[in-house]
Amino acid sequence: MKAIDRSVFYDSDTPLGDVVLSSRVRLARNITGYPFVNRAAPDQLTEVMHRVQSSQLGSVFEHGTRWVNLQSSDVSDRGMLFERNLISKPFSEGTHPRCVALSADGCASIMVNEEDHLRAQIYAGGFKLHALVGSMTQLDRSLERSLEFAFHPRFGYLTACPTNLGTGIRMSVMLHLPALRILDELEKMRRAAKELKLAVRGLHGEGSDAHAELFQISNQITLGRSEEDLLEEFAGVIVPRFVEYERQARQRMLETDALETTDRAHRALGVLRSARILTLEAAFKYLSRLRVGVALGIIDSVAMSTVNRLLLEVQPAHLARIRSIPASAADDDRAARATHVRATLDG
Amino acid sequence: MTRLCDHCDQPATVHETVIKTGVAHEVHLCADHARAHGYVLPATTGAAVSITQILQAAQQSQPRAPERTIRTCPSCGMTIANLQAVGLLGCPDCYKVFEELLSGVIQRAQDGASIHVGRHPAQAATLIDRAALRNRLAKELREAVSSEEYERAARLRDRLSSLGTAGDDDLGATLNTPALP
Repeated sequence: MKAIDRSVFYDSDTPLGDVVLSSRVRLARNITGYPFVNRAAPDQLTEVMHRVQSSQLGSVFEHGTRWVNLQSSDVSDRGMLFERNLISKPFSEGTHPRCVALSADGCASIMVNEEDHLRAQIYAGGFKLHALVGSMTQLDRSLERSLEFAFHPRFGYLTACPTNLGTGIRMSVMLHLPALRILDELEKMRRAAKELKLAVRGLHGEGSDAHAELFQISNQITLGRSEEDLLEEFAGVIVPRFVEYERQARQRMLETDALETTDRAHRALGVLRSARILTLEAAFKYLSRLRVGVALGIIDSVAMSTVNRLLLEVQPAHLARIRSIPASAADDDRAARATHVRATLDG
Repeated sequence: MTRLCDHCDQPATVHETVIKTGVAHEVHLCADHARAHGYVLPATTGAAVSITQILQAAQQSQPRAPERTIRTCPSCGMTIANLQAVGLLGCPDCYKVFEELLSGVIQRAQDGASIHVGRHPAQAATLIDRAALRNRLAKELREAVSSEEYERAARLRDRLSSLGTAGDDDLGATLNTPALP
C-alpha cells in the first residue's frame, strides 16, 4: 500500500500545529432508490458499490483512485487504513459488501456501505479545516453529477442516523492535550465541549481510548446551520479556543515547574532513544511527552513532523508494514517498535 | 454568555419562567439541581446523543396510539420497535412514515434545529424553488378571491396549473413531502 505512505499526514507546519495534530472533514450521503445500509439486501449493497465506483470523483481523486474491496482485502491493509482513520472499526470488521476509495495521496477516502451509502473523508496533518471543507464541497458536487442523493426539503440530506441529518458534514480535529491532563483540567475541557455541543472521542473515534493524550473533537450539530456557518464556528472560534486552553496550560506548567517540565521531555527522549522494548502504551506516553517538549522549544533536535510520524508508525499495522511482515504475525512486537523508534530518532 | 445555575457555578441547562402571585421569576438550574428540584431530564451518555434513548422517551411521551399511526415503513419494513432498538432509520421513506415521532427526536439531537439550512442538490433546489413559488401563488390566489379580484385570480390559477401539482415534483420517494415549512 505505497499509495498511502505520504508525509502529508505528519505535517505540523500550520498555525495551530503545536496542538492540532490533524484535521478531518466527513460527509454522509445516501443514494435514492435504495434502503439505507442496515436494511439493504447484499445485492442492493453490491449495486450501490458499483454505482459509486462508476461515478466521477473529481479533483480530490484526480491523481488516481485505488479501490479496496473490504471483503477480499487482507487484514494488514485494513489495519493500516484503520490506524490512519481512513476507515472505521465497524467498517473494517463488517462482513457485508463494502469497499473504500482511496485517493493517490492517501488523504481522502470514500467508504461505501458504512452506516450510510457514502461516507467521504478528507484528512490532513495540522490545522487545515478551511481547505478541507473546500475540497469536500468539490467532491460532493462531482459525486452529485452521477448520483442522486436522498434529500428532504425540511431535513436536508437524509442519513441513517438522525444525528447526521441536514448538511451531513462533520468536522473534527485531533488535539494533543498533555498539559490539560497533567494539570487535571480535562474534565473542564469536556464540560466546555459538551456545552458547545461537541463530541469528544479518543484517537480512533467513537468508543476508543485517548491514547497519547490525543482527543478528537467534532461538531455534533449538522442540521439548521449552513456548511459555511458550521465552519466559521468550529474552525474560527471553537478550535482556537481549545488550542488556547492547552497553550495556557503548557505555559502554566512551565512557569510552575520548569525543571520538571524540562526533565519530563528530555527523559522521554532518553527512553525513546534507548529502550529495547516498547509497548504501544509506553510509546504513546513518551511520544506525547516528547511532542510537548518539541512544541515548547525544550527539545530542538527532533522535528515535530518526526514525532507526528512516529505516533502513526508505532501502531501495529504500520509497524508490520514497515517490517514487511503480515500484521497477523506481528501481533505486538515490542522489540521491533523500540528498534524502529530508535532508528527514526537517530536518523 | 452562558448562564450559571441559581444554586452553584455550573452552567444552567434548565431555564424556566415561573409565575408566582402574578410576578414572573426566572429559574436557571444545572442538571443536578434541576433533578433535585424534581425536573425530569433525558438520560445522556457523555457528550454523544443516544438516539435510541431519545426515541424511547419520545414514544412514551406520545399520546396513546391513534388508529391512523403507521407502525411499519411500507418501503423497507422498518418498525418502531426496530427503530428504537438500532437507533437507525431503514430508508429515506422512514423519515416520512415516522415523521411525527422523529421531529421531536431530531430537534433534541440537533440542538433545537428542525429545518435544513445549507447546500441542496441541484435538482432539489429547483424543486424547492418550485414548491415555494407554488405556495406563494396559492396564497395570492386566496387573497385575490377573497378581495373579489377575479381577473387576477384567473391569471394566478393559470400560473399555478402551469407549475403542475406537488406530485409532479417526484424526485424519488424522498421528495414527496409537498409543503415547505
